Amino acid sequence: MRILYFAALRERVGVAEETLTPPSEIRTVADLVTWLRGRSDLHAAALADPAMVRVAVNQDYATPDQPVAPGDEVALFPPVTGG
Amino acid sequence: MTVRVQREDFEPGAEIDRIAAGNTQIGAVVSFTGLVRDFAPPAAGSEAGTARMTLEHYPGMTERQLEAIVAEARQRWPLEACLVIHRHGPLAPGDRIVLVVTASPHRQAAFEAAAFLVDWLKTRAPFWKLEEDGTTRRWVEAKTSDDDAAARWDR
Repeated sequence: MRILYFAALRERVGVAEETLTPPSEIRTVADLVTWLRGRSDLHAAALADPAMVRVAVNQDYATPDQPVAPGDEVALFPPVTGG
Repeated sequence: MTVRVQREDFEPGAEIDRIAAGNTQIGAVVSFTGLVRDFAPPAAGSEAGTARMTLEHYPGMTERQLEAIVAEARQRWPLEACLVIHRHGPLAPGDRIVLVVTASPHRQAAFEAAAFLVDWLKTRAPFWKLEEDGTTRRWVEAKTSDDDAAARWDR
């Protein structure tokens, strides 16, 4: 699974991209975010506040209960500020 | 082409002319141009401010989301043409960031669709603004007023 981080979240986690193989019990977006928090103190701090984390699965916005699968591209980023 | 994400500047007048060219069903063209506001104006006695902005985006998802927003606008209003250009990369105060152009037979659809597109792209298109002024840097935080503006189009 390809995990991408953007903007302030990328800087706080310290990497732009990771290729990971989550355990099989990780089935949803919410499971994945919880699991990612356990990877390092930086991940835990960056992903601590759910209000500051948006998730996209395969480049579409995803809800916490949405399933994730091994080949997915999952992006985590703060609320957007374009325009 | 209705959506462009690019580093380069754009020319609003030329884009507006191109949209209406050759389509005499168009009776109204509305455009919105977003500019970089100077968040660190020149200090007294100095000529130039220190503000710089960098717009980061998520290549691929950005285009996909903008195309979805344009498709939604075309479904809601009878548009003859529609264009969104959004820049990324380094920008300075006064630079153009975004252009939205809508064209329709009558003005109301063009006005409403343009407002809708700007409100929606502000809350859905994956762009992030980083502001730097020489000594400090900060990621711009999302505004709840932008969420409220976008929410008025929910139905």
